[in-house]
Amino acid sequence: MTDATPSLPQSALDRNRKSELVAAGLKKRYAAERRFKLYGISAVVVALFFVVLLFSTIISNGYPAFTQTMVKLDVTLYEQDIDPDGTRDPEVLSNANYRKLVRLALFDLFPEVTSRSDKRKLSSMISSGAPFALRKAVMDDPTLINQRQRFLFPMSDDIDQFYKGSISSKSPESDRRVNDKQIVWLLRLVDRGLVEKNFNTTFFTHGDSREPELAGIWGAAVGSFFTLLVTLLLSFPIGIASAVYLEEFAPKNRLTQIIEVNINNLAAVPSIVFGLLGLAIFLNFFGLPRSAPLVGGMVLALMTLPTIIIAGRAALKAVPPSIREAALAMGASRIQTVSHHVLPLAMPGMLTGAILGMAQALGETAPLLMIGMVAFIVDVPGSITDPATVLPVQVYLWADSPERAFVERTSGAIIVLLGFLIMMNAAAVVLRKKFETKW
Amino acid sequence: MTSEHIVRAFDEDLNKLDNIIAEMGGLAEHQLADAIEAMVRRDSALAEQVIASDRRIDALEKEVDELAVKMLALRQPMAEDLRVVITALKTSGIVERIGDYAKNIAKRSVAISQTPPIGPTKTIARMGAQVQAMIKNVLDAYVARDADKADLVRDSDSEVDLLHTSLFREILTYMMEDPRNISSCTHLLFVAKNIERIGDHATNIAENVHFLVHGSVPSERRPKDDQSSYTIVETEGSEP
Amino acid sequence: MNQNLQSSSHLAEALPQPVAPTKLKVRALSVYYGDNQALFGIDLDIPANQVTSLIGPSGCGKSTFLRCLNRMNETIDTCRVSGDILLDDLNIYDKSIDVVHLRARVGMVFQKPNPFPKSIYDNVSYGPKIHGLAANKSEMDHIVQSSLERAGLWGEVKDRLQSPGTGLSGGQQQRLCIARAIAVEPEVILMDEPCSALDPIATAKIEELMDELKSNFTIAIVTHSMQQAARVSQRTAFFHLGKLIEVGDTEQVFTTPKETRTQEYITGRFG
Repeated sequence: MTDATPSLPQSALDRNRKSELVAAGLKKRYAAERRFKLYGISAVVVALFFVVLLFSTIISNGYPAFTQTMVKLDVTLYEQDIDPDGTRDPEVLSNANYRKLVRLALFDLFPEVTSRSDKRKLSSMISSGAPFALRKAVMDDPTLINQRQRFLFPMSDDIDQFYKGSISSKSPESDRRVNDKQIVWLLRLVDRGLVEKNFNTTFFTHGDSREPELAGIWGAAVGSFFTLLVTLLLSFPIGIASAVYLEEFAPKNRLTQIIEVNINNLAAVPSIVFGLLGLAIFLNFFGLPRSAPLVGGMVLALMTLPTIIIAGRAALKAVPPSIREAALAMGASRIQTVSHHVLPLAMPGMLTGAILGMAQALGETAPLLMIGMVAFIVDVPGSITDPATVLPVQVYLWADSPERAFVERTSGAIIVLLGFLIMMNAAAVVLRKKFETKW
Repeated sequence: MTSEHIVRAFDEDLNKLDNIIAEMGGLAEHQLADAIEAMVRRDSALAEQVIASDRRIDALEKEVDELAVKMLALRQPMAEDLRVVITALKTSGIVERIGDYAKNIAKRSVAISQTPPIGPTKTIARMGAQVQAMIKNVLDAYVARDADKADLVRDSDSEVDLLHTSLFREILTYMMEDPRNISSCTHLLFVAKNIERIGDHATNIAENVHFLVHGSVPSERRPKDDQSSYTIVETEGSEP
Repeated sequence: MNQNLQSSSHLAEALPQPVAPTKLKVRALSVYYGDNQALFGIDLDIPANQVTSLIGPSGCGKSTFLRCLNRMNETIDTCRVSGDILLDDLNIYDKSIDVVHLRARVGMVFQKPNPFPKSIYDNVSYGPKIHGLAANKSEMDHIVQSSLERAGLWGEVKDRLQSPGTGLSGGQQQRLCIARAIAVEPEVILMDEPCSALDPIATAKIEELMDELKSNFTIAIVTHSMQQAARVSQRTAFFHLGKLIEVGDTEQVFTTPKETRTQEYITGRFG
C-alpha cells in the first residue's frame, strides 16, 4: 500500500489514512517480532541442548571412576618373609617381599591353580599396588606381623573395567584383556562375597601413576592450587594497580593510548604464545626450574593480567564521577579519593574479574605444556618449586594413555575440573550480588 | 523595548495594558473637550452625555486593575516589565480621576448655562484646551515610552498654573464688580480649579512615564507656579 | 602573597564597591578548554557573609567560573586558567598553595546530590577525618551533630546516623551534602545549581538554610532560576558568552538593570 507520503495529516480524511497505514503495518511488525522471538528461543534451546549433551556425556563416562573394585583377602603376615631376624628394623620392614605374601593369600583361595602361567594370570588380577598397602600397614603397626588379617586391596584395572562392564565377555578372548579363566576366578570370588565396589578414595588422595587403579588427581590438584596461588599473587596486585593507574592517574596522551591498545590486544593473544614466552625467558634466560608451579604461575599471570586490567578499568569507569568530584571538593587528595571512595566501590567488579580470570587460568593447558608441566609426575608437589602438573594437563595425559580404565578417569578428572570452575564462577556471581551498591 | 518576549502571550498582555490605557486616555480627553464645549455653548444635552459616559472610564480602570494583578501573579515580571505594570496601575487611577473632574465640569456647566454668559468663560476654554493638549501629549509619550516628551508636558504645567492664577484674579474681580455674577463666577472658580487639577494629574502621569523609562523619578522638583492659593484681590475703596 | 591592585577608571566602573569586606577578589580571569575560551577577563568581587548569585543563559561560563574558585577545574585535563583569584589577599593559583588545603577553606555543593555510599555519620565526618580536625570520637560526634543541626537535618536523621546516606530523599540528600561541606568549617561555600534537582518544598528549605548560613559563611551560588537568585542573594552577577555583563545589588539588577542584555535576559526576551 504505497502512496505519495503526505507530510502531515491535515484533515480527518488524512487521519483515517494514517490509521489505515499504521494498522496495515502492525501485522507485519508483530510477525517480525514473533520471528525474532522464535530465533532467540531456538538459539537458547540449541545451546542448552549441547550443554546437556556435554554434561551428560562427561558424567556418564566419568562417574564410574569414582568407584573402584576391591577384593577382600585374608593375608597371613609370616614373620620369616617380612622380618626373619626379628629386628623390627624399619629398613628391613620396608624392603620385605610383601608381594609374595599377597600372592600366597590369593593362591590359598584357589588351590587348584598350579601352572606357572595360570598363577601369573591369577596374581595379575590384583593391583600391583597391593603389596605397598600391605607394607604401609606393617610399617605403621609392626605388631601385625605373624597375624592373619583381612585386607582390602584394589583389583587390577582390567578386572575393574570388566567388573564395571566396559569389557564384555562376549567378545572373542584374544581381543580381550581379561581371559576366560580370569573371568571364572573373578566370578568365584564374587560368589564368596569377597569382591566389592567402594568409593574410589585413591582417585582423590593419590598422585598420578602408570597403573590406573592407583592413579589419582591429588597431585594435579595440588599443582593447580600452587600454580593458581602464584598466578593470583602476581596478577591481582599488579593488575589492580595498573588499572587504577591507567584509569585515575595516567595523563591522557599518546603514550597512555598506546599502552591501552596493547593491553587490549594482549587479551586476545593465543595462550600458547605466553607459553613460548615463558620458555624463552623464565626457563632459558632466568634458569628457573622446569615444570614448577612458580614458572607456570608466572606464565599464567602474564596471560591473566590483561583480563584483570580490563575488568578493573571497567569497574573503575562504572564508579560515577560525581563521587570523585564530591571527594575532591571535600579536600581529599587524588590518592585519598581513589583509595577511600573509588576503589572500595569498584572492588566487587574487580574481584569478579579476578575470579573469572583465575577460572580461565585454571583451565589453561597450552602455555603450561610449553614450559614442561606435561611430564609424568608421581609425587604430590610440596612447594612452588617442585615439579608439578595441573588438572587440565592431567586430563590430557590420561586421555593419551592406552589403558581402558583411564578413559573413565579422564572423564572423572574433567568432572572435578568442571566442578571447580562452576564453583569459582558461582563465587563470582555471589560476590557481585552481595556487594552491589546502589547509588 | 527592542526585542520581544520569548513567551508571546506576555507581549500580548503588555500590549493589552497599553491599549486600555490609551483608550482610557482618549476617552478622558474627549470628556474634557465635550465638557468645556458644553460650558461654552451652554449645551445641556452634551453635558448630560458627558456625565453618563464617565461610567465607561470607570469600567476600563477596573479592567486595568484586574489585568495588572493577573500579570504580577502569573508572569513575575522583572525590571522594565515590572515598571510597566506598576505604572499602568497608577496611571489608570489617575485617568479615572481626570474623567471624574471632567464629569464635574459638565455638571457645573448645566448650572452656568442658566446664568447670563460672562467673559472668563473664554479664558477657561483656553485653559481647557491647553490641558487637553497636555493629556494627549502625555498619553502619546506613555505609549511611545518617550521620557523626553513626558518631561516637556511636565514643564508645560507651569503655563497652566499661571493661567489659573490670573483667572482666579479675573473671576474675583468680576464678582466684586457685579454681585449678580457671583453664582456663575463661583461655578467658574470650581471649573477652573478642576482644570488646573487635571493639569497636575497630567504631570503625575508624565512623572510615571519618566519612571517607567528610566527607573527613577525626575530629580528636579516639579515647577509649581500656581499662586492662586495666595491670591487676594483688594476691593477698590476699601480702606483699612 | 599580597597583590597591589591598581584600579584604573575602567575597573572602578566595573566594580561598584560593595559595603561589606571582600572575601574573594577575581581579576582578569580567563579560562580555556583546549582552544576554546570559556571566560574572558572576568573581574568580580565576592563580598563576605553575603550570598552572591551568578546568573546567565546556558553555556555562559558561570559554572566554569564557580569551579575556578576552588580549583575544581583542574580535574579537567584540557583546562587552562589565567588571571588571579585572591582569597583574603592570598592568590589561590600561586604555586605554593596546596589545593587540598584550599578546598578545606572553600567547599562545594553540587547540582545533583552526591552523598558518599556510606552511612550518614561517615559522610559528614569524612572531611574532618581527612583534615584531622577532630582529636577523638566525642569531638567528631560533636562536629557531626552540629553540622547536621546547622543544615537543618539533625531532627530527621538523629536516630539513624548509621543508615546509608543514599537512602534519604533528594532534598535530605542535598542537605546532607551541605552538612558535609560545612563540617570542615570552610570560609566560602560554592553551590552549583543546588536546587535544580529538588521539589519546591525542598528548594524552599535550602533557600532558608542559605539565609541562615550566610551569617557565618560566604556563599556563591550558580542558578538558572532568576526568581531564586532574586530571593536568596544580596549581590547578583550576570554572565553571557563568557563575559561578565553586569554585577550589582540584587535589588538594583532586578528592578533597574544598567545593561540592555541584562534586562533582556531577566525579562525573558532571550536566553
